[in-house]
Amino acid sequence: MSDKLSPVPATTAERSQSGGLVLLCLASWVVPGAGHLWLGRRQKGLIFLVALPLMFAIGLALEGRLFPFQLADMLVCLEAFAELGIGAAYFAGSALGLGAGDVRAVTYEYGNAFLIVAGLLNLLVVIDAYDVAKGRK
Amino acid sequence: MKSHLLLMALFAFFVSLVFAVIAKDEPRDQARLGGMMFGGFMLAAAVLGWFMYPFPL
Repeated sequence: MSDKLSPVPATTAERSQSGGLVLLCLASWVVPGAGHLWLGRRQKGLIFLVALPLMFAIGLALEGRLFPFQLADMLVCLEAFAELGIGAAYFAGSALGLGAGDVRAVTYEYGNAFLIVAGLLNLLVVIDAYDVAKGRK
Repeated sequence: MKSHLLLMALFAFFVSLVFAVIAKDEPRDQARLGGMMFGGFMLAAAVLGWFMYPFPL
């Protein structure tokens, strides 16, 4: 007798649940905290909704740079990916012409640290929302 | 705002806040962990600052 289990096709409910998870993660990425608010974790959602965009805005105010996706320079590309983690705020900042970054400013590196870390923290928040939705937390 | 200490404290505050809220569910636990992390960030910065005092040699 074989120990291997035969693959079971996903049911409609499982497929719809996985579609919901993708939507949840997408919402959580676009608007920080939206995933937690969706799941009824109001306190956590509101804190993320205020803290992360505020951190990003402070980064812009400190003359930080919104890095472009330059494949020729891997470090710049990685920084751009990290900043993109904040979601809609990245595109809003770019569209408004913010984040030019003044390398001569005393606060330039601080601004970059705020922008990059805000994006990375939001990615952690997305993973946390996913775990909550899966019932792991 | 150009004070390095204030900017570092602000950065430590945000990072501690988000980590604590992710890691803990109860507000009391969140406050405790967040406070400890914030204190740890500030203490580490002060200690590293003193270690860097002789530089550049």
